[in-house]
Amino acid sequence: MMKVINIDKQKWAGGVESLSKSYRLFGPMKEDDSHNFKELKKGELPDLAYGNTKLSPKSTVFPPSEAMFTYTLDESKPDHHILQDVKKDYSPRAVLGMRPCDAKAVSLVRMNFDTPEYRDPYWMDAYEATTFVGLACDAPCSTCFCTSTGCGPFNEEGLDVLLVDNGNAYIAKALTEKGEKLLAAAGFADKGDDAAVATKKAAAEAKITAKIETDKLSEKVIMDLYDAPFWADIAFSCINCCTCTYACPTCWCFDIQDENKGNEGVRMRNWDSCMTPLFTMHGSGHNPRDKKPQRVRQRFMHKLKYFVDKYQKGIMCVGCGRCVQQCPVNIDIRTVSKTMNDYVAKC
Amino acid sequence: MDAYITKIKAISERLLKDGTVEAVIGFREGTMPMMSEPCFIKSSDDVKDLVWNANCRINLANYLTNRKEKIAIVAKGCDSRNIVNHIIENKIKRDQLFIIGVPCKGMNDKNTGALQDNCGTCTHRNPVIYDELVGDLVVEQTGVDKYADVKKVEAMSTDEKWAFFEDMYSTCTRCYACRNACPLCYCPTCFVDESKPQWVGKATDPIDVRTYHFLRAYHCAGRCTDCGSCEAACPQNIKVRQLTKKLEKDCAELFGWEAGLTLDKRPPLDTFNVDDPNDFIK
Amino acid sequence: MQNPYKAYPVRIDSIDVATEDKSLRTFKFVFLNPEDENKFAYESGQFAELSIPGKGEIPIGIASSPTEKGFVKFTVFRTGLVTNHLHNMKVGDIMGVRGPLGNSYPLKALEGKNIVIIGAGFAFTTLRSTIVYMLDPANRKRFGSIDVIYGARNPGMLLYKDELTAWEQRDDINMHITVDGTDDPTWKYHTGFVPMVTEKQAPQADDNTYAIMCGPPMMLKFTKPVLDKLGYKHENIIMSLENRMKCGIGICGRCNIGKELICKDGPVFTLAQLKFMPEEDT
Repeated sequence: MMKVINIDKQKWAGGVESLSKSYRLFGPMKEDDSHNFKELKKGELPDLAYGNTKLSPKSTVFPPSEAMFTYTLDESKPDHHILQDVKKDYSPRAVLGMRPCDAKAVSLVRMNFDTPEYRDPYWMDAYEATTFVGLACDAPCSTCFCTSTGCGPFNEEGLDVLLVDNGNAYIAKALTEKGEKLLAAAGFADKGDDAAVATKKAAAEAKITAKIETDKLSEKVIMDLYDAPFWADIAFSCINCCTCTYACPTCWCFDIQDENKGNEGVRMRNWDSCMTPLFTMHGSGHNPRDKKPQRVRQRFMHKLKYFVDKYQKGIMCVGCGRCVQQCPVNIDIRTVSKTMNDYVAKC
Repeated sequence: MDAYITKIKAISERLLKDGTVEAVIGFREGTMPMMSEPCFIKSSDDVKDLVWNANCRINLANYLTNRKEKIAIVAKGCDSRNIVNHIIENKIKRDQLFIIGVPCKGMNDKNTGALQDNCGTCTHRNPVIYDELVGDLVVEQTGVDKYADVKKVEAMSTDEKWAFFEDMYSTCTRCYACRNACPLCYCPTCFVDESKPQWVGKATDPIDVRTYHFLRAYHCAGRCTDCGSCEAACPQNIKVRQLTKKLEKDCAELFGWEAGLTLDKRPPLDTFNVDDPNDFIK
Repeated sequence: MQNPYKAYPVRIDSIDVATEDKSLRTFKFVFLNPEDENKFAYESGQFAELSIPGKGEIPIGIASSPTEKGFVKFTVFRTGLVTNHLHNMKVGDIMGVRGPLGNSYPLKALEGKNIVIIGAGFAFTTLRSTIVYMLDPANRKRFGSIDVIYGARNPGMLLYKDELTAWEQRDDINMHITVDGTDDPTWKYHTGFVPMVTEKQAPQADDNTYAIMCGPPMMLKFTKPVLDKLGYKHENIIMSLENRMKCGIGICGRCNIGKELICKDGPVFTLAQLKFMPEEDT
């Protein structure tokens, strides 16, 4: 169907330079002892020798803070107290070298921001301007469990191009028109073939031994899991920070806040987290989730049950393992899901 | 330390069986290398899950705040000083607690496996308050320079200092793991969450990030025991203790104060003494 | 598609203090751009986000009925940052209204049916919208009998008093107005809590009778068993929920109860649907 291109690694830098003329480029960059997605400056190359980044590349379409509108409170101005659009740069951009788990996460998150009734312009305009170039994982981390979430180290969902490391070259599978366009813009035109991919894929998948167990969860009605007795135990150690939600590529909750300086202001959208008590605090002071176990339950039920029931597209987790690696008290979604799954099996 | 866990389990089992406490707060095995998970044991059958090793670095006093039941808690030196603080600040009552004291030789850094920074300069490895010890008291370190890092920054020029802190906080995501892991941070509404009026922006604007960290350090001044939980919790590996250490040094120099050593005195920012330094009043 | 986060600019056309303790005010908004009023075409039961640049937004049920042209009306309770500011605003001030949001009372399904409307306190706003809509000459014939049970703490706390009196005079609607208690000797309506008055005054249920309920959790808790006793089917009991909201369009993720987003899949649900949703209030 779509082209397979062979990219000689000697030609990679040149191709990225060509791309930088017509795309804003984002890629993983080394930062102290880890990697994070950054906008590449002219001449910079993404560091593709990495496991996965600390924070997911969701920030390329969904930044931690962004301005939605500006306004003036100065009543002498004609448009005072009326929300004004903010000029945004949605010129073409490309994310180079994201992992297949993060790419699938973007397609899952899209279901939230692009519905039949409403289209979030900030997320969608950024998404539509972006070409996603993935890098298949040959050496998954010990905490990766993508294969049990409906994803995998060579998964193509959500990507426009998939790069497979083949020693001296990358095998580039163009998966969409956008992908073909990018490869052409980079000048990558040598015909390639994907014969080697299948073996590499199998080898990578075999390396993943960690898994998440959720096969029974769709059977049960929400209420049975909701009222289960194990939530207090799971929640005890949780310190209700935002680490898991900020690191997670499928988390999307946000807050809307106005920030003023004198008479001028901006309506901001900031990442928010269901783990914080303020998340559901009513103006009256009533808080339906004022106890920690309720919030912890909300997070896992949303990821592993509510999303499943609402969209029938599987769980809202791609097995990237970031929450497992970064939780300060080592709460492990694999353990939690097993507890939930075993509980359903027992009922 | 293997002998410790045998003792911890024995004490916990006894306390739960005879009803002295309703629960034991300790650690259980983590799923990640060099990690453990705080746990709440209510039945003597579950005592077998308890562990004690060099990965039990999170300050368990954090889980005591405002609890109402009788509870046993496994506490190393720094943790016990936070328990003293909690009692002084009415976050828990002494007679609710059975403190299982653990003389500590230091915890491991979860990233490197080497001794954690704060443990390297610790001078209070033995619990200062306990009901039963799980081992002999260890020798306290002497001749350590607790403030070597602080002095390095103090020696910098203004521009260097500015660049140092700008760089240090550049990766902060405002996840509040540092605040939430800290036993001292128990305000019902933290100053960053106030809205009437709003003191600090919630986004990642560098000025707001630094305001949050500076103010939090000040709120901990005179109370911080340098347990290192804030640094251990930070997912971005920010050296959060850089500021708290400076304020700890200031309290030592200005007020001759060390936090959490005695139930009889309140921290310096809580009390007033006529011969407090006041040469800043011109 | 239009940016769903952008509010239509409106001007405050009138402000009425709605209750004697001044905690509620009714605001009448006029759209600055007349064509926005057409874009804002709404149905009873829906809500809108009242948007005050510089302060924030609040989700408030629409009190006016689609049959009332040229303006939209909201009755707002003063409780937090934005509502306090709104209560201090003046006629002529500019702000925004975003919507209409949420689903509406299923009035199409209620055609030909007898309807019992039960409300308490300031939850009566969207019920006013429904009553005005049904009483409109163009619509009245499409519905069966209409009973309204509406209660407040005391006479001064009843909303829309003039309209309540006017409706009481009509013979195409049965009003049962009640207060929890009063020492006003001229009070000529009922005294007693809404559930009690419902038990006495609501018609016995049959397949053709539906109830629309809107009120504080306490009132709902005690009225549900009364409706059960009277034989109302759970699919025939319609309720309106509320929750903390920000975007109002089902995207920011905070208002969910189970898998339902209150701002988009609700706020109107039947009691039958609610039985499958977690009881997040406990």
